[in-house]
Amino acid sequence: MRTIHTSEIIDAVANMCIKANTELPDDVRAKLEQALAEETSPSAKEVLRQLLENADLARDTKLPLCQDTGLAVLFVELGDEVKIEGGNLREAINEGVRKGYKDGFLRKSSCHPLTRANMGDNTPAIIHFDMVPGDKLKMVFMAKGGGSENMSRVTMLAPAQGWEGIKKFVINRIAEAGPNPCPPTIVGIGIGGTFDHAAKIAKKSLMRRLDDTHPDPQIAAMEKELEEDLNKLGVGPMGLGGKTTVLSVKITVEPCHLASLPLAVNVQCHSQRHEEVVL
Amino acid sequence: MAEYKLNTPLTDEDIVQLKAGDVVFLTGTIYSARDAAHKKLVELLDQGKELPFDLEGAAIYYVGPSPAPPGRPIGAAGPTTSYRMDSFAPRLYSLGLKATIGKGKRDEPTRQAMQDYKAVYFGATGGAGALLSNSIVESTVIAFDELGPEAIREMKVQDFPLLVINDAHGNELYAVPDRKAAGIE
Repeated sequence: MRTIHTSEIIDAVANMCIKANTELPDDVRAKLEQALAEETSPSAKEVLRQLLENADLARDTKLPLCQDTGLAVLFVELGDEVKIEGGNLREAINEGVRKGYKDGFLRKSSCHPLTRANMGDNTPAIIHFDMVPGDKLKMVFMAKGGGSENMSRVTMLAPAQGWEGIKKFVINRIAEAGPNPCPPTIVGIGIGGTFDHAAKIAKKSLMRRLDDTHPDPQIAAMEKELEEDLNKLGVGPMGLGGKTTVLSVKITVEPCHLASLPLAVNVQCHSQRHEEVVL
Repeated sequence: MAEYKLNTPLTDEDIVQLKAGDVVFLTGTIYSARDAAHKKLVELLDQGKELPFDLEGAAIYYVGPSPAPPGRPIGAAGPTTSYRMDSFAPRLYSLGLKATIGKGKRDEPTRQAMQDYKAVYFGATGGAGALLSNSIVESTVIAFDELGPEAIREMKVQDFPLLVINDAHGNELYAVPDRKAAGIE
């Protein structure tokens, strides 16, 4: 067994909260720069230019990229040879979120769903735990903004609708979302599992690097096809028209019940703020 | 597409000259208000009470800024999605509000209210919160402090960069999604 102390976890999570919210990841920046080079409409170019300037300013001043510094979402893989010392893992992660959002002057957006009273410290974090072999603790953090999350949907298609039905649903969703989720967006898609699991794997898809290629060539081809189709919609940066409606499409496929075809579309804004740490 | 420099409070003359697609650099006083603050504003109106600021010629910015770090008047301050304020906007426009600032589409009653009361909807670049905060030189909470990020702030802005999305003549700037080109119609 290997021991990891909760103090190490708290600091790691706090650092991820601050870094993710102030430094645009290099893969996202590269996609925005590529989009700027390819766009021809002046308004689309101006929006992309502003987003890159915003990223430079946030990095230099440590201001958050966006005032919506998100709900804290974490995917955690705990090795089965790891013993957590000094407290409880979930509580340590929440403490890290409290510290990061306070120290980084980040907006606390977590509130009671009905009274709307602000929780004051951006907890509880949304944490997805997974037990894996080994002696490491891996944590992937994402600051998930509300404007794009509101444009996300889960649906249960009939199995016969297949890939064509999936494409139609996703394209209609991005068309209806229009300018609302701060396009160009990153589209995380979960196909399979159950109603709830589809949503989880759609979100997990958003944790991938934008410049990766899915290891399964068939799914990689689906991602490329859907990305090309979505970019023909002409929604464009901030909905002002143009070639760049999405920066990337990421799909996760998992087995489902033979009666079902669960589908989830998790929309992420142009700023894919995520960080990863392995302890 | 033209460029204008405008000052608050905004007048009918300021507004009617604007066309969807025009760029406006706004200087003066604007007020932050988003979901919870709008609910409270409308409750005050229903009770016949005075609002915390004068709506006549005013501009409301749909924003919930991040906390101000030391040495800055405000944290990141980009627009939030506007449709959530659509159920309140026509009433506020009817009472003298001249402009709202946000991102994303407005509903039909809100667009109609802009024509009826000579008002506009400005877009600011979503996600450019750090950059836009540079145009905000002062910020003071004037109401609903308990709402935290959703409190109403009086903010002084200098050349705040805006794009006219919906004008007072029924025009809208947003692109219409081409589903046929995307292969589903």
